[in-house]
Amino acid sequence: MRYNRWALYGLLCLAAIMIMAPVFIMISTSLKSMDEIRNGSIFTLPADPSFAAWSKAWLGDCTQTLGKKCGGLSSSFMTSVQIVIPALFLSVGLGAVTGYSLAVWKMKGANVMFAALLVGMFIPPQVTLYPLIIMIRELGIFGSIPGLILVHVIWGVAFTTMMFRNFFKTVPQDLLKAARIDGAGFWALFWHVMLPLSLPILGVAMILQFTYIWNDFLLGLTFGGRSGQPMTVALNNLVGSQFGEKEYNVDMAATMLTALPTLAVYLLSGRLFVRGIAAGAVKG
Amino acid sequence: MAEPAPDVLQRSDDQKPPIKSGKKRWRPQWSAGVALIPAMTITIVCFYGFIIWTFVISLTRSRLLPVYKFTGFDQYVRLFANERWWTAMQNLAIHGFLFIGGCVVFGYLLAILIDRGVKAEGMFRTLFMLPLSMSFIVTGVIWQWVMNPGLGLQEAVRALGWASFEFNWIVRPDRSIYTLAIAGIWQQVGLCMALFLAGLRNIDPNIWKASRVDGIPVWRVYLHIITPMMRTVFFTVFILMSAIVMKAFDLVVALTGGGPGFSSDLPARFVVDHILNRQELGLGAAGAFVLLCTVIAVISPYIYFELKKERSGRGH
Repeated sequence: MRYNRWALYGLLCLAAIMIMAPVFIMISTSLKSMDEIRNGSIFTLPADPSFAAWSKAWLGDCTQTLGKKCGGLSSSFMTSVQIVIPALFLSVGLGAVTGYSLAVWKMKGANVMFAALLVGMFIPPQVTLYPLIIMIRELGIFGSIPGLILVHVIWGVAFTTMMFRNFFKTVPQDLLKAARIDGAGFWALFWHVMLPLSLPILGVAMILQFTYIWNDFLLGLTFGGRSGQPMTVALNNLVGSQFGEKEYNVDMAATMLTALPTLAVYLLSGRLFVRGIAAGAVKG
Repeated sequence: MAEPAPDVLQRSDDQKPPIKSGKKRWRPQWSAGVALIPAMTITIVCFYGFIIWTFVISLTRSRLLPVYKFTGFDQYVRLFANERWWTAMQNLAIHGFLFIGGCVVFGYLLAILIDRGVKAEGMFRTLFMLPLSMSFIVTGVIWQWVMNPGLGLQEAVRALGWASFEFNWIVRPDRSIYTLAIAGIWQQVGLCMALFLAGLRNIDPNIWKASRVDGIPVWRVYLHIITPMMRTVFFTVFILMSAIVMKAFDLVVALTGGGPGFSSDLPARFVVDHILNRQELGLGAAGAFVLLCTVIAVISPYIYFELKKERSGRGH
């Protein structure tokens, strides 16, 4: 029995080490100099940790530019923030209202509409990509931040609606009755009763939408153009660029910078993230 | 299907004094209808309308821009004669098998280990799910560095004394597809673990009591009693992971770039490449439509299952 416990903890620790190793290697590489990377091993700790690569990844290298910007990730970080914040609130807000409307005001066809929306979550974004490009271009917002916000709302609404609709379905009918007898209309019921009730699910939806939008690559690549390039796209360009010598420490620092916001949200939110991630896994 | 609308919605309107004039009263139901308009527009236009549009484009000879000169199923004929497409489809099968299999096996094992009642359970769970919060791009870049044959894992293990150690899959056309599964499993295994763990926690504790009384070894209880009881969880995990596999685009781009050559290409990347970079809109649209059909084939049992569950009352 005792040996079994040791084996159990041994296996769990082994798994934890294997999962954490790449993260550890990323951080440790980002703190090394290129000389140390060339002569050492990825397992060793940095002998003389320095944030030089981090500042280079963030600000870029202004000595080698050809009349362009310095090429750091700071500008695309700002772009990502400008995309994520409005897209987050719009998609969660629209999902809350739609989910409320579908769950509480059972109209004709509400179930059909919900099924259509549910199926929509599984559609690979590649299938509707080109028509979406035409639509965004016709609206005159292609290659800009508003265009990307709209695209993220379109792709996020199925998921947020599903979360809220399934939650609102569990609200007891008596509560709704009481509110209706007090004269609450559509919006009053939403603002004063349903939305306050849904705070936990609101948290889950916000956390996951933040993670999805921040981590998106395909939409940013397609709709961002030059001026609306989010951080994931900039990271991929930085790592993929073939100019000069490869600087793995800068690559890893840039990767860490891109991962930090969602990592922080994950570590701070704890259980809320876990609650929603299963429901959202199907999303594109 | 339509559950009876709660009569309170109608009654409360009746309770108010009727409005005299011929002006129609604004009912809350109409607000509800209006509130549905944005989501309904998105669903009808941007989901289903655009799918039809893509299908129409796939029947034309469009290259750089959509041209509505129909050529029947020519693009599909070209697609199925395209060697790169078949490489991508074959890779999808290999990657799907390894990735889904790996996630299910390792995720289930981790869930069982945690379910044995360990201290610091929360810490292990947090660590196992940590990669999930990172994007596929970040995952791809990290693993590209770890698997770098010059300075990465291969060199590090050789430096430890195992001089003949070889791990250069990422630059080998016959092995690069397997690197996708390694990085993908690393990222998604935590999700599978969480789903399996939730399933294990739903198992009736009396089963454990009874099996202890009968003296059945723990591993046999898991294999012969618990695992068959978990079949709906296995089904869900399988569907979720298939959905991820079929959309896999970011990870290939960041990890191998589809290479060397097109040896680790996947259909989702084939489609995006032909639509955005290669001025082969019609061919890309045909590929996208075939991809959609593959998704539907795998997903429809799940949707059917979900909607049936919905109809027969909520909950499990």
